[in-house]
Amino acid sequence: MNKLLNRISMRQFLFSELVKRDFKQKYKRTLLGMGWSVLSPLLNLLVMSLVFTQFFGRNTPHYTIYLFCGTLVFSCYRESTNGGMNALMANARIFTKVNVPKYLFVLSKNVSSLINFGLNLCVFFLFALFDGISFGPHFLALLYPITCLVVFNLGVGMILSALFVFFRDITYLYDIFTLLLNYMSAIFYKVDAFSPMVQRIFLCNPVYCYIRYFRVVVLEGGIPSLPFHLLCAFYALLAAAAGGYIYKKYNHSFLYYV
Amino acid sequence: MTIIQANGISIRYITGDFKDIGLKEYVMRRLKGDYHVTEFWADRDITFSLEKGDMLGIIGSNGAGKSTLLKAVSGIMVPTKGHMEIHGTVAALLELGSGFDGDLTVRENTYLRGAMLGYTRKFMNEMYDSIIEFAELQDFQDRPFKQLSSGMKSRLAFSIACLVNPDILILDEVLSVGDGAFRKKSGDKMRQILSGGVTGILVSHSVDQVREMCNKILWLDHGKQVYFGNETETLCNAYEEFLITRKLPESFVEIETLSDAFIRRKEEERRKKQMNEAQKLQSILESGSSDAAVEAALSIIRKRKPELLKE
Repeated sequence: MNKLLNRISMRQFLFSELVKRDFKQKYKRTLLGMGWSVLSPLLNLLVMSLVFTQFFGRNTPHYTIYLFCGTLVFSCYRESTNGGMNALMANARIFTKVNVPKYLFVLSKNVSSLINFGLNLCVFFLFALFDGISFGPHFLALLYPITCLVVFNLGVGMILSALFVFFRDITYLYDIFTLLLNYMSAIFYKVDAFSPMVQRIFLCNPVYCYIRYFRVVVLEGGIPSLPFHLLCAFYALLAAAAGGYIYKKYNHSFLYYV
Repeated sequence: MTIIQANGISIRYITGDFKDIGLKEYVMRRLKGDYHVTEFWADRDITFSLEKGDMLGIIGSNGAGKSTLLKAVSGIMVPTKGHMEIHGTVAALLELGSGFDGDLTVRENTYLRGAMLGYTRKFMNEMYDSIIEFAELQDFQDRPFKQLSSGMKSRLAFSIACLVNPDILILDEVLSVGDGAFRKKSGDKMRQILSGGVTGILVSHSVDQVREMCNKILWLDHGKQVYFGNETETLCNAYEEFLITRKLPESFVEIETLSDAFIRRKEEERRKKQMNEAQKLQSILESGSSDAAVEAALSIIRKRKPELLKE
């Protein structure tokens, strides 16, 4: 028991040091670096709203917020998984020399991008306030999709980082995949125009599900159904289980490939 | 008490086409049937055991499988075959300089490295000052790591690792960092740690260091175990002879023969050296013009061997 506690405190120390390192690496100790991470999604949003308000925004109330829900969740997904993908290779020099639990690298990358997400979320709420969205206790339900998203990102990050060790060109393939996913996640258009059959297919996309959850809470002022909750959790756990399985199985094989 | 028990450890590397190829290339090669993976045994059937307080020296030329074996002991790799039993915590000091981050400061790197070696924050807070003091980097604490000289880097790495309090300590060529003064300091520190009853494994290309510090020797050659035993002197002699003649012994009897050959060689060298010295001296004395040389010789004889003069 004592041994276990000791081990946990050791891991915790390593983990917090890794998070600190990743955070410092990212922002290079500049305030502008931090500001940029908020500004860049905002500029992205500005461009998208300039372009798409003409096409889709006319009969959508709060179109900017609608768009923001999409870009907020999607940029969190993209950043976490891209960071996670590099996490293992970037630390190859460490885990080939010291016996450390490798999932910590992915975990710490995810935490530092989560901090970024938190900043963006604040900006999002500010926007929502200006746009006259009515806040209420149901906003607390947003913690659920955020938790699911974090677990999902972690799982995908683990899968990708393992793949990246085995196949170095996975970055390019994943870039294309992200672009495709971006268009399939109904970020700037509404799914109502499609037939019910196609709308079901959209539910196969986990990122779309999390975006949709956000929209239901923020724009429609409600909370999604129980099956929808289960679906969100299912995707997250599936990704995490797959990632965990790969790490367990290949834990000692990564070394041969770097 | 047995601390490490290794039975028939074999470690296989896979080498071949899979490294650094992309998914596209992999699929193409698979389709063309052009995908080859070869096996490479870095260690084959290694057996040894260490008791508490033992210091094992692993000797062998490059590519003998020493570092791979250490990786198995420290848990970075798992043996492909065989069984390894380890009782206690392992601190491995493998290739000290790598794994630091150039953009972080010395202080941050120290904490990060400490965390990787498995210390707790409390322990690091207590030890931080003495680490910096031992590394002699007091004036550089908040400098980015990349601004340090390479000697400073390895000094810091050594100092962090030095404060380990493990049951098993693995040293891979770490006793040769820094300048002369620091090397002496680090050697002293190492001996102090080792006298505290830890079990150690040392890999060093300096046979003298192994002679001095180890009480058991494991001799590897191309992944195969040549011999494991506690006849340190004999084994080190035989190994040094092997380095000259490149003849690998098959049994302990041959090792002893090699060792004897080495001792003879050393003796021969010593005699030659003495002879050379005597000859040199004689030539100096002979070339002198005055009788001072004769007088000096006489007085030496009088002092050391007076019986010669009586005759």
